[in-house]
Amino acid sequence: MSDQREPITGIDVPISLKYNFTAGAGPARFLSQVRKGVLTGQRCPRCEQVYIPPRGSCAACGVPTEEEVVLADKATVQSFTIVSIPIPTNPIEPPYIIANLVADGANISFIHLMSDCVNEEVRIGQRVQAVWKPEEEWDYAMDNIRYFTPIDEPDVPADKIGKLPVSGWGA
Amino acid sequence: MKQIAIVAFHQSRAVADAGACNEVEMIMPVLSEVYQQVGINNAQDVDFVCSGSCDYLQGAAFAFVAGVDALGAVPPIKESHVEMDAAWAVYESILKIRMGHADSALIYGFGKSSPGELPIVLSQQLDPYYLAPQWVDTISLAALQARLMLEQGKLTERDMAEVVSRSRRNALNNPNAQLAGDISAEDVLADEMYLSPLRKADCCPVSDGASAMIICTVEKAQQWGVPFALITGIDHRIETHNLGMRDLTDSVSTRLAAEGAGVADGSVDVAELYAPFSHQEIILARALGLDEGTSVNPSGGVLAGNLMMASGLSRIGEVFQRIVSGEAQRGVAHATSGPCLQHNLVTVVEKA
Amino acid sequence: MANLAAVVGIGQTKYTTKRGDVSIAGLVREAAQNALDDAGLNWNDIDAVILGKAPDMFEGVIMPEIYLTDALGCNGKPMLRVHTAGSVGGSTAIVAASHIQSGTFRRVLTVAFEKQSESNAMWALSSPQPFSTHLNAGAGGYFAPIIREYIRRSNAPRDVGIKVAVKDRLHGARNPLAHLQRPDITMKEVEESFMLWDPIRFLESCPSSDGACAMVIACEELAEQGPKAPAWIRGVAMRSEPTMYAGREEVSPQAGKDCAADVYKQAGISDPRKDLDCAEVYVPFSWYEPMWLENLGFAPEGEGWKLTMDGATSLDEGGDIPWNPSGGVLSSNPIGASGMIRFAEAARQVRGDAGDHQVEGARLALGHAYGGGAQFFAMWVVGAEKA
Repeated sequence: MSDQREPITGIDVPISLKYNFTAGAGPARFLSQVRKGVLTGQRCPRCEQVYIPPRGSCAACGVPTEEEVVLADKATVQSFTIVSIPIPTNPIEPPYIIANLVADGANISFIHLMSDCVNEEVRIGQRVQAVWKPEEEWDYAMDNIRYFTPIDEPDVPADKIGKLPVSGWGA
Repeated sequence: MKQIAIVAFHQSRAVADAGACNEVEMIMPVLSEVYQQVGINNAQDVDFVCSGSCDYLQGAAFAFVAGVDALGAVPPIKESHVEMDAAWAVYESILKIRMGHADSALIYGFGKSSPGELPIVLSQQLDPYYLAPQWVDTISLAALQARLMLEQGKLTERDMAEVVSRSRRNALNNPNAQLAGDISAEDVLADEMYLSPLRKADCCPVSDGASAMIICTVEKAQQWGVPFALITGIDHRIETHNLGMRDLTDSVSTRLAAEGAGVADGSVDVAELYAPFSHQEIILARALGLDEGTSVNPSGGVLAGNLMMASGLSRIGEVFQRIVSGEAQRGVAHATSGPCLQHNLVTVVEKA
Repeated sequence: MANLAAVVGIGQTKYTTKRGDVSIAGLVREAAQNALDDAGLNWNDIDAVILGKAPDMFEGVIMPEIYLTDALGCNGKPMLRVHTAGSVGGSTAIVAASHIQSGTFRRVLTVAFEKQSESNAMWALSSPQPFSTHLNAGAGGYFAPIIREYIRRSNAPRDVGIKVAVKDRLHGARNPLAHLQRPDITMKEVEESFMLWDPIRFLESCPSSDGACAMVIACEELAEQGPKAPAWIRGVAMRSEPTMYAGREEVSPQAGKDCAADVYKQAGISDPRKDLDCAEVYVPFSWYEPMWLENLGFAPEGEGWKLTMDGATSLDEGGDIPWNPSGGVLSSNPIGASGMIRFAEAARQVRGDAGDHQVEGARLALGHAYGGGAQFFAMWVVGAEKA
């Protein structure tokens, strides 16, 4: 052995810890519905805003959201980004669109993929609808929706985004 | 220096598994309890909020960010967070009140430890180059400490068993306890060894839960018109991480903190000590200079239920409740962090 | 009333992609030693240590203050660990200051760090949770849609972000500690750099750095005895709001506005652009300069980009209100330390000790940090005078 070896400046020490993940009581009710292909929001008893996906509380008021509201699977693009780098742990190939979408009947956006669209034509206020996986693949996950795709409805003006009724927009 | 009053405290039941509840859902009920105790609506009605939590308990970054969802922080609030037991959030809040930037503060701590293997998770608190890669778990380290105590004749297994027995019996009067029972030292000694020389009963259980407290200036407490106790001293000290350089049979940092907090300035009626292992209660009682006149861990202490990141806060709360109820005039609360009692906080609470 | 407190020592490490020559402990020790040297003090002069860093998952060390106490000379002393997401460096400085302002201590050390080469921030920020869609393509993926909304509202020209990216790198080239040293950077180069998260290009994003920043904060009496000019802390403020709630204003968060109003009031500032001499503001993606110019009241809503384009925030263009003369987060980003670097660099300016990136005659400066989903804010104003 030579004395001329490079000094060791680091070692790899992989850490692996196992956890049983808990979604929460409120989110679990939501996921049970998603399992059946239904999007449900939860309404805050105080400010009456509808959250999806619900996280257990109305973050603005700090109270549990109890009342369930069935929402449409149509939504409006609140904003978006075209991503050109891969996501760790996700097989999707860049470039792809991640959008903040507000479902009709909800007051807050969630993040999801947009696809089946011309990336350069995606815009704030655009109308989209969920493209679901085949029913036999449904699980307790938002991934049941493969992505959202543009639909032929007029754009929603910026000040109306997040305020549409569950009956939707336009027609 | 400004006097600090404790006006409200609540802890959830310590349970082995909080089930479907997520962190926000665990926090909201304890917050609404302390709000009710002083008659306020939410975090908007205090001047400052500080929490204690640890991302690794649930296994995802930013546990405390979810905590903010429980507060009703719209409009925005003055808020901070320590990645420590919430007893240290009390410390930060006291500084805020002393400097005149707040008259009142809400403090909460929460931990859902059941999703992971807590003793293994906590092994990653150790020096990342030398110790953590060996996955030395917290129970093994505590067992090493207990072994030193036994070998040096500083305690006996029976002493440890008596700590457990007293904890279980005291916990019978604590509705929030996870482990309670009329168990004698003999019963404990009859148990098999777990990690020698520790029996399972010598180790605190893994628990889920949260606790919350409201502190304020005396003027504010009077304005709210609720019973209160005074924090007359608080100090915390850390010692070396190098276990080989510490006398593990003593807690030097607890002694220093006790001195700083003025524990010896009066008699101590009650002491709530954050001792996750039975022998550590004995180390702590000695370091704090407690004698037979002190009722130690009347709640059962953390051997009866250990809410990570909240247990230290709960110790202060337990003392507060005993003073306000008239059971005690003056008490000491202790919180700890790190392996083998490396970092310790001592609070003196007195009748107003 | 809060007691007076001042920054009397500042220490940083050279920011770089990988510090393979030091451990995490060695890194924080170096910054702390530099701060002590700057203050003409030694370890025994310190009463307590306040440590900050971003999530423990970055380096995989849980509650690292437990391990770092030895390196920070804290044994036998109080040690507090703050964590408020990306704003943590700023919050930590504020919590450290409260140790003095409350009259509890006379002199404390505060340190913030991140050793990104020993971590995987992208992983830690995107660790998949069951049940939810795994679409967190790092922080950029989160902030890009918000930037897009800002551009829509303000009708800002497309090259504002490019201009900021160039300006902060030219500032960084004046600062030998800055990670990126790009005196030759051009608008064209930034424009042609890879579009990561449209509209955020590679060169419009912060780098990933190893580094630590430390400060010694002292009470009035001790501050006056120091060998160098103190930076007096004239105001401190923190604000938080939830990540997501219905109707949340994400482009210009209320928490940022409230925090700024609070700190300005304490420092007697009515017109920040006029009253302040410079600002060190947390701008990890170039477009956040115009956004924060508005949020912090340096420009009316929708017009922040005009200051940028006019060169008002540029040291090289002789702007009246230089932003990030140190090069900012766009030039160095050890995440957990980035906020404290802003606070420390603001202090360097009013101490007249900022070397080649000194803003001439700076007497009053703002340090700013934000974190989470632009929901946690920490700010301080430091001055050459006590009041």
